[in-house]
Order: sequence, then C-alpha cells, then structure tokens
Amino acid sequence: MYNKSLKELSASLRNKDVSSAELSQYFLDRIKYFDGELNSVITSNEEAALLAAQQADKLIASGDSGLLTGIPLLHKDIFCTQGLRTSCGSKMLDNFIAPYTATAVSKLEQAGAVMLGKTNMDEFAMGSSNETSFYGGVKNPWNLDTVPGGSSGGSAAAVAARLAPIASGTDTGGSIRQPAAFCGVTGIKPTYGRVSRYGMIAFASSLDQGGAMAKSAEDAAIMLQAMSGFDEKDSTSVDRPVDDLLANLGDSIKGLTVGLPKEFFTDDLDDDIREKIEEAVDTIKLAGANIKEISLPNINLSVPAYYVVAPAECSANLSRFDGVRFGHRCESPKDLEDLYKRSRGEGFGDEVKRRVMIGAYVLSAGYYDAYYKKAQQVRRLIQQDFVEAFKEVDVIASATAPSVAFTSGEKKGDPVSMYLSDIFTIGVNLAGLPGMSVPCGFVDNKPVGMQLIGNYFEEARLLNVAHQYQQLTDWHLAVPAGYEQEV
Amino acid sequence: MQWETVIGLEIHAQLATKSKIFSGASTAYGAEPNTQACAVDLGLPGTLPVLNEQAVRFAVKFGLAIGAHIAPYSVFARKNYFYPDLPKGYQTSQFDKPIVGLGQLDIDVDGETKTIGVTRAHLEEDAGKSLHEDYHGMTGIDLNRAGTPLLEIVSEPDMRSAAEAVAYVKKLHTLVQYLDICDGNMQEGSFRCDVNVSVRPVGQEEFGTRAEIKNLNSFRFIEKAVAHEVERQIDVIESGGKVVQETRLYDANKDETRSMRSKEEANDYRYFPCPDLLPVEITSELLDEMRDSLPELPATKKQRFQQQYGLNEYDSEVLTTQRAMADYYEDSVNFSDGEAKLVANWVMGELSAGLNQNNVEIVNSPVSAERLGGLVKRIADKTISGKIAKQVLELMWNSNDFADAIIEREGLKQISDTGELEKMIDQLMAENTAQVEQYRAGKTKMMGFFVGQLMKQTQGKANPQELNKLLQSKLKE
Repeated sequence: MYNKSLKELSASLRNKDVSSAELSQYFLDRIKYFDGELNSVITSNEEAALLAAQQADKLIASGDSGLLTGIPLLHKDIFCTQGLRTSCGSKMLDNFIAPYTATAVSKLEQAGAVMLGKTNMDEFAMGSSNETSFYGGVKNPWNLDTVPGGSSGGSAAAVAARLAPIASGTDTGGSIRQPAAFCGVTGIKPTYGRVSRYGMIAFASSLDQGGAMAKSAEDAAIMLQAMSGFDEKDSTSVDRPVDDLLANLGDSIKGLTVGLPKEFFTDDLDDDIREKIEEAVDTIKLAGANIKEISLPNINLSVPAYYVVAPAECSANLSRFDGVRFGHRCESPKDLEDLYKRSRGEGFGDEVKRRVMIGAYVLSAGYYDAYYKKAQQVRRLIQQDFVEAFKEVDVIASATAPSVAFTSGEKKGDPVSMYLSDIFTIGVNLAGLPGMSVPCGFVDNKPVGMQLIGNYFEEARLLNVAHQYQQLTDWHLAVPAGYEQEV
Repeated sequence: MQWETVIGLEIHAQLATKSKIFSGASTAYGAEPNTQACAVDLGLPGTLPVLNEQAVRFAVKFGLAIGAHIAPYSVFARKNYFYPDLPKGYQTSQFDKPIVGLGQLDIDVDGETKTIGVTRAHLEEDAGKSLHEDYHGMTGIDLNRAGTPLLEIVSEPDMRSAAEAVAYVKKLHTLVQYLDICDGNMQEGSFRCDVNVSVRPVGQEEFGTRAEIKNLNSFRFIEKAVAHEVERQIDVIESGGKVVQETRLYDANKDETRSMRSKEEANDYRYFPCPDLLPVEITSELLDEMRDSLPELPATKKQRFQQQYGLNEYDSEVLTTQRAMADYYEDSVNFSDGEAKLVANWVMGELSAGLNQNNVEIVNSPVSAERLGGLVKRIADKTISGKIAKQVLELMWNSNDFADAIIEREGLKQISDTGELEKMIDQLMAENTAQVEQYRAGKTKMMGFFVGQLMKQTQGKANPQELNKLLQSKLKE
C-alpha cells in the first residue's frame, strides 16, 4: 500500500478497495510506528484527519471526487492551518494557532486531500540539515546517523519512509530540492509566484516558494497542480492560468536539449556524485534528448548574494515576533526593551539570530549600497545568465547537492560549510525559476538527487523530463531498509 | 541681529478610503479598540499586504491637483523600527521612489501671493495607538488605526513666517477636502502636521539647524508652536549656544516646545524595497481618468466667483474655502434666480451664524440650498423685508417648509399697496393731530413715532420705503 502511486491510491479509493478513513488510519499508524525515531512529524492532526477522511469518503461515494480526494498528506509546519498549531519549527511560535489557513493548504483541502499532521523543519526554514528546529533534528530514514537535509527535512523524511504519500514543502534556497535529494524523493519548487505565499510564514519573501514532495514526478505533478494558481491575497502570485501538468508527462523527450552548466561540474562536486549525475544524463540522452554544455558565468556569486538578500528580508520579516501580540513572551518583562530583548532572545535559535543580525547589518546606513544593493545587482546578473542559457536549452541538469546526506552535527558549528550545501540550488531561487530534484542513484547507500531547472512557468516540461527519466529508472521506488514492513 | 525664519512642513493626510491601505478592514473612526484590525493589520505570520487601489487613485488625484510629476513607477519600502503599536516591526511606506514628485501650491499672505514648493507626497500605512491610561500600569494597544492609508506631503523649506506656514496648511487642508480624498478632521487626527523650523541671519544663504515639531493638530497650535520655537532658537543662538537637530513636542497647555529625541538617538530605519508588494505602475489611462475626475480647484473657483457673481475677493475666498459651502452657495443662487450678492450675504451671515451656533456642517444644514434660495428670492422681489426674512429663516430652520408657504401661512407678506397704506396713514393722522402739529412745527423727529405706530399695526409688514415716502408727503400737506 505505502508504495502505491497517487493514481493507484485514487483508483483503490474509487473502487472501494479501501476507504479514505482506512487509508488515513494506515498512514497515521505508520507515523506512530516509525516516527518516534525519525521525528519528522511534530503535530498530529489525527482526529480532524479522520473526520475529513469520512467526508472524503462521502464525496467518493457520490462520485464527485478527483485524484486527491481522500488522499492523506502532511504539511510543512510553515503553512498556517486554522485551529492546528503552526510553529515554523520555532520556540517563538510553539503556542501559535493561526486563525486562517494558507492558500496552498486550502487548495489541497478543496481537492479533497486529508491532512494527517505537520512536519518538522529548520527553524523559520533557515537551515540545510533540519538541525535548527526547536523540536529537535529529523533523522534521515536511509541512514539514521545522517541529516535529512533542510529546511523541508521533515516532509522529505516522511515521504521517504512512506509515512504519507505526499507532503508539502517550501524552498527559499533549496529547501525542497536538497532534502528531496538527501532522502531520495522527488520534489519540485515551481516558478516564483506560481503557488500563493499567503499563510506561508515568510523567511525571505522574494525567494520563498511552496511546492510538492512526493515519491515520483507524476505524484508531484498531481499535488503541484492542486496547489498552484493566482491568489488575490498574494500580490506576488502571478495571474496566469496554470498549465495542465499531467497532460504532457507521457510525451517523448526526443529532441529536447538539456544543458549542463560547466560551473556546476567543478571540484566542488564529489566525484561519486558526479558519476551518478553523468549516468542519469546518459539515460536522458538515451531517451532522445540532446546534451549541451552551457555556462552560467555569474552563478558562483549566488551563495554570497543569497546570504545578503535572504537575511535582509528575514530581518524585517521576523520583526513582528516581538512578544507583544502573539508568540513567545518572556516572563515578567521590566520594561519595553526588556520585553523585546528577552522575548526574541529566548524565542529564536542561533541560526535565526545569526541571519537577523546579518540582515540588519547589510541594510544599515552606510552598508546598504555595498551589500544589499550590490547583491541585488548580482541577482540580476545571475537571472540574466539563466535567460541566456534558456535561449539554447530547454532544461538544465546538475547535481542537486554537492554531497550526499552528511552526518548529524558535522556542519552544525560551521555555518559557511552548511551554506555551501545549497550551492547548486540557490541560483534558481535568485532567478525565480522552477527547479526539482529527482532520485538518480546511491552513494554509500545514501540517495543522490539530480536537479532539473526549467524556464519560467515550464513546470510541465520539467515534470515531463523527470517522469520520462523515472520510466527508465526505479531509483524513486526504492524504500529505505526497515520501512518496507507493514505495521 | 535680524533673523529670518525658515519653515518646511510634513503633513500626514489620512486618505478617505473605506478600507485600509493593505487590508480589507474598515477605516471608520471611533470603534471599540481592536475591532477593526484583521489578521493583516495585526501582522500575524503568513499574512500578506494587498494594495488598496483607491489609495493610489487618491494620491494621483492629489499630485495632479498640485501640478506634480506622477511617478509612472513607484515603490513601497519597509521602514524598520520596533514599537508596540507597529505590528510588523516595520512601516510600509515609500522611500526613494514616491508616487508624487515635485509640485507646488500658491498661498496668499497679506495680499501677496507666494508659491510654495511641494517636494513629494508618498503613500504609507498609519501605526496603531498606544493607550497609557486605565490599564493598571500597563500599556494598551489599539490597532484600529494600524494600516489606515496616509499621504505624507512634504514641502520645500519655502515658508518664512508662522503666518505663511499656517496659510500653506490651510490651503492644503482645503485642497484635500475639495479632492474628496481626506475628511480633514484635525481633532480625529485625519490631518496632522510636523513642522521643521530653523532660523538664520537675514542675508545668509545657508540654512540654520532645524528642529522638528511633531503632531500639531490645529492651525492655532501651528502658529503658536512656530512662534515659540523661533523665539527659543534665537535665544539659544544669541546667548552663544547652538541649536541641535532634534524632534520637539509642542505642549499646548504650557505653550512651549520641549525636546523629544535628538538626532544622535535617531533610528537607522534600514529602508529597503518591500518584497511583498509589486511596484505601483501608473498607466496613462489612469492619469487621464484622474485628470478628468478633478473637481474645480479652490483657486480657480475663487476667481470664477469674482467674475461670474461679481463678488469681492473676501466673499469669494470665504465661500470657496469649503467645497460644500461653495456648492451650497451656487445652488442657492440658482434657486434665487441669480441673486448672487444677496445669497452671498445670507450664506455668510445668517446661515453660517445659525450653523456655527448649532455646530452643524453646511452639508447637514437644516435649511437646504433650495429653501434658502427661495427665501432670498422673496427678499429680492420685495415680498418680504430683510427683517421679516430673518423670522422666516428661523421658522424654516425647524421645519421643512418653504419660505413661500411660511409667508403665506403667517401672513408675512409686505404691504406695498399705497392705497391701503394711505388709508392707514390718514386714520393715524386723524387720531394723533397733536403729533401732526408738532411735526409740522418743525419737530421732524416725530416721523419716528408715525413709522413705529404703523409698523406696529402691520406687524412689521409695511414696506418701509413705501411707508416713508407716503408719510413724508402726507405730513407735509
């Protein structure tokens, strides 16, 4: 059951082989059984989920159901869910229950999906290992000594361990793709503006984008289809019809040109991983695509530019957590300044504090031009590089991360080394392009992910390439040892 | 030494939109605390701003009215600072790319016209209010006002006296109400003023160090605060000190300004473009639409009143200060069949007095323009005298009756029939032969006695001119 595709699950539901209530209970049981160890789900929605599942069963019985009706899923705890705690992985919001639901979540709810709970994440989505969560790190089901990646590490680990068929994620600098790669699942971050950010707690507003994490490109397509679309409550969401992401999955990729940026195949990349990516590229070539080396001359500036822009935005976005109206408030503050200092000092973890301070610094008088403005200029150059590249190629391929999942604690004390684990993914956010990660093999029994980058609003093409690749490979179907058992 | 005062103003005009600048919550004044603050206004995590297009249209309208450059592309920025009534920890404002660029406004002081430059006007959200009373030593926060749209209008340092500053503020105050973009209510804070004041020796080109006086909410306070501040600065300099750049508060009770914070303590606001909002683009279609929607502006209207109605400068100024008053006046003139001068007297005189007494705005006048026009018409055609007209107006004030109906019902029609008057005069003279003799013997003061008696008999309805003429000729016989 746990390895069934969404289409198969949906058919089973419609054929009454299984009810949504049973299916939901099945995955809830898996969560209970496996997650004590993994720590991927931090809030259970069991009671409400079972009620929603019963509603879904009624819809299915009435014949008025879609592909997602009755399908259980998990949401990253960055998406606000009315009535159910939204912590964003932070002590600051340990007590926060939003009076509204994020648009992306509502859309999936309207499509009939059943929310089983909320997944662990790096605090305020700041991190690449899930170790900055107030609720403790998440373990990678492929190797419990390693991290699942971050910041959507809880969602990635949960899908990898088959605790839910699909889960939502968000990606500001690689937070869907890198954990997808580390956990051997398929994840897609669409074009900036494709999925509404309303109700998604902001880290860096101009980079944040919600997306889908699933076992396969086809499942990711089904999920992303439901999440996408213009939202008048998000001024940066794009008012343009959503393509049918399923219609062209089966198309041949013969004649398509896939670009390999030479800057992504340097010494930064582990040799073992390079090998896996080259194998994957060969497979795509076998399917009829042309391969072409390209250059993104400014891409090496993406990490420094990102670590100016993202902290700058986060320093302002996180100012609202001041202990006045909601969230953590320190005990008996003696005056206003004390209230601010202790509430924020106690509520935020180290990585969040580090970024808020960097952000305040790069925006301050006298430094703005040298840092923030310069970083925005670099950002435009990087974007321009991609625009040029897409004049020559249809899709760009690379490794998602320079290494496989690293050991827990290994990079915790070394932020720069941690930041560099997003070296291949960050440029995509700076440019606002869609990107995904697809499992493409193992190194030391740890999953490797191939990143595919598409042109603006070409999610359908990306998913088509990924799906065709998955027709020829079965890396995405592999289940980590121990999690194949039924419970 | 001779000193010259230099004044620049920042005015915050609350835009009269129904909902807030970035949320759908109502902007109505005076509701219970925190009943008009939605999730966006509270700055709850995950919420996002959506720009109220009406606020943009209002800003454009204002820009066009002062002949300003309207930026085809303006940008919202975050102004970062912590304060409990600022829910997001930043104010969404405009910084280096405001919607309205350089414009100008003419003011009249002591018969002279002077042009004041308007540097810029930008859109921003208001903060909430901190309430320091009645919370057992704690501070209450009311976020009803948070997110109310403001247009901040910044002038050039072009004013040279408190009188000029007040004239400028009054002009703007009139203008925003004309444009229907701000209710101008200074008590409720819909129109607030920050004044930058400095002094320099006459002839010196360089500006002196300025102090900013915050939140002045009446014309009188502006005048007094500036006067006080100028005096203070001159005192400081003449006694060998230096004016420091700082923010000061005006204390109306003590009539003085005092220091609030100096520049050294000033915040670094770390402005940067707001990533949640797209740049505001103003299309040429919108510009055309707004241009077409502009009403006749006060200065133009004033000139027209002088030409069209033959009013003097003072009357046309008074009648055009409020758009509602000007509209009322013109309506009344129409209903009076063109008695422009007489209507002006009545609107500025009896009607305004009555409105002031009852503390009623002219838009809510108990006597409509149509009814006032009808009354004036009857004065003009001599159906009633001015004195009787005052009685009629009083009766109109408390009813919905028209002047004609009241005159008819109360029998107030003026007696101009010479035959009737002559009969009454003959009778009176016959009954008072002694007084007739006295008059004829040269005691012309007796005229008053006859007029008084006849007015009494007619309850004031006798046409006074007619009566005088007839009496004089009869008494001389």
